[in-house]
Amino acid sequence: MGKVFSVTSYLTDDTMHYCPGCTHGIIHRLVAEVLEEMQAERVIGVAPVGCAVFAYDYFNFDCHQAAHGRAPAVATGIKRVHKDALVFTYQGDGDLASIGAAEIVNAAGRGENITVIFINNAIYGMTGGQMAPTSLVGQKTTTSPYGRKPELCGYPLTMSEMLATQKGAYYIERTSVHDVPNINKTKKAIRKAFEAQKAGKGFSMIEILSTCPTNWGMTPVESLQWVKDSMIEVFPLGVFKDGDN
Amino acid sequence: MEKQLLKGNEAISEAAVRAGCRFYFGYPITPQNQIPEYMSKRMPEVDGCFLQAESEVAAINMVYGAGGSGARVMTSSSSPGISLKQEGISYIAAAEIPCVIVNMVRGGPGLGSIQPSQGDYFQSTRGGGHGDYRHIVLAPATVQEAVDLVHLAFDLADKYRMPVIIFGDGMIGQMMEPVELPPMQEVRTEFPDFATTGKRGKDRRVINSLYIETYQLEELINRLKSRYEQVEKNETMCEEYMTEDAEIILTAFGTVSRIAKNAVKQAREMGFKVGLLRPVTLWPFPTKIMASYANKDSVKRFIDIEMNDGQMLEDVKLAVNGAVKVDFIGKLGGIIPTPDEIIEMIKEDK
Repeated sequence: MGKVFSVTSYLTDDTMHYCPGCTHGIIHRLVAEVLEEMQAERVIGVAPVGCAVFAYDYFNFDCHQAAHGRAPAVATGIKRVHKDALVFTYQGDGDLASIGAAEIVNAAGRGENITVIFINNAIYGMTGGQMAPTSLVGQKTTTSPYGRKPELCGYPLTMSEMLATQKGAYYIERTSVHDVPNINKTKKAIRKAFEAQKAGKGFSMIEILSTCPTNWGMTPVESLQWVKDSMIEVFPLGVFKDGDN
Repeated sequence: MEKQLLKGNEAISEAAVRAGCRFYFGYPITPQNQIPEYMSKRMPEVDGCFLQAESEVAAINMVYGAGGSGARVMTSSSSPGISLKQEGISYIAAAEIPCVIVNMVRGGPGLGSIQPSQGDYFQSTRGGGHGDYRHIVLAPATVQEAVDLVHLAFDLADKYRMPVIIFGDGMIGQMMEPVELPPMQEVRTEFPDFATTGKRGKDRRVINSLYIETYQLEELINRLKSRYEQVEKNETMCEEYMTEDAEIILTAFGTVSRIAKNAVKQAREMGFKVGLLRPVTLWPFPTKIMASYANKDSVKRFIDIEMNDGQMLEDVKLAVNGAVKVDFIGKLGGIIPTPDEIIEMIKEDK
């Protein structure tokens, strides 16, 4: 019998530290598989501060760990030196939408020829489940124990919609990984973003709705359901900017 | 070689280009604006990269990325902007990435003033950001020396894999002086071993400052520490001016040292045996040299002169270690000391 599947060589053999039911592992694999399918010879990934800080242990290519929120700036420095390499950042919502808001907006505005993999799970995972700029109204976290109240801390930031308004942004799509069809769609979106970078088209970002069962206080199955039932309503899926159209 | 009349900021920029720097990331702030302006014009001429970042925070992180990618890279700013860069400098120091950072110091704290100051001495010589680290700090006193030190800064950054700060002030940045520029150096084509290039099929490279295991972090800090000891041993620089027979030793660096030198000449004409010790490296500090003078029988007194409230003074006192009296003249808020004030202090001695 012939071999029908093998693990991508763009991931290392390290055991991932992610919690059961967390979708970081799926997204790591999608990114790695896309790069393998593209036969990318030169790749540099930029790891964030947050749960994915150890991404540099899992991706089997050169990586650069960045300070909290600064990944787009670090990636800019890298890309300006290694124009031929595929350079991407992998950032969570606290990293990208809160402390790194200036860096992501300006990287998009400059049309920086990098790809951003934006993991939105509506919470700070690594630090223990605090409220994020993307937390939903009413969502209970360790710093919004009564639920996020708009009169106190406003509304979730919708980064894809915001960045899609900028001329420098070439491709912006929001996807989810709560079920297999959406995982497949996410992979296609990631491919599209890296292809855009390869073609020198400029800034691309794929925002991926992701789970955090540990900090949401849910089972893995409940958390997938919560993405479907609650998150998508606030963060609708779709292509927000496509420079080809 | 022919001399050119150049403004400090421009001379430093051109010196960086000639030292093979092809990546510059900056953000406007007075009194260093001629550096990004010069680089924005010059970098395209040499196939280099100038990028105006969205903030000093972003600029230093672009430096981190480019430095980690193996490029000779520079940024510049002035005091409030350097404060913003400290997060990145700490990461760069921990990740052992070479880069050059120019600080044209202005008055502080807060937004302070745009006048020349030396108020960032503590910040520069004690690391500045969080954690256990140091970096080399070079303090030019003339535009020519600034040019020479920029060249040295890139070499030291590469040699010791650490950030090097050029510690100037508004005076050094804005003053025009005749300078001899070094010849254009070839840009290196090979990337250093630590650098990420993205190339697959080799040992992969990771630029990182996270050591989650305590003993691993301890190992890093010990490695840095032993490198710092090498730097102290090999790279400490201090100008000794008319100190041979001096009874009074002035200590001053950068712009202030020029005024102190003037005071030495005038005081000698009046019959006072005065000399000047001028640290060129603020870190590593010339502790041993200063101590050797403090312990000479002929030396009766030190006078430290700075444009701050006594920051290098602490290092001078540590070096002198109580052997002789250390007096101090500190000019604050961007006010520059005069030779007369120094001479008055020299005369005051009983």
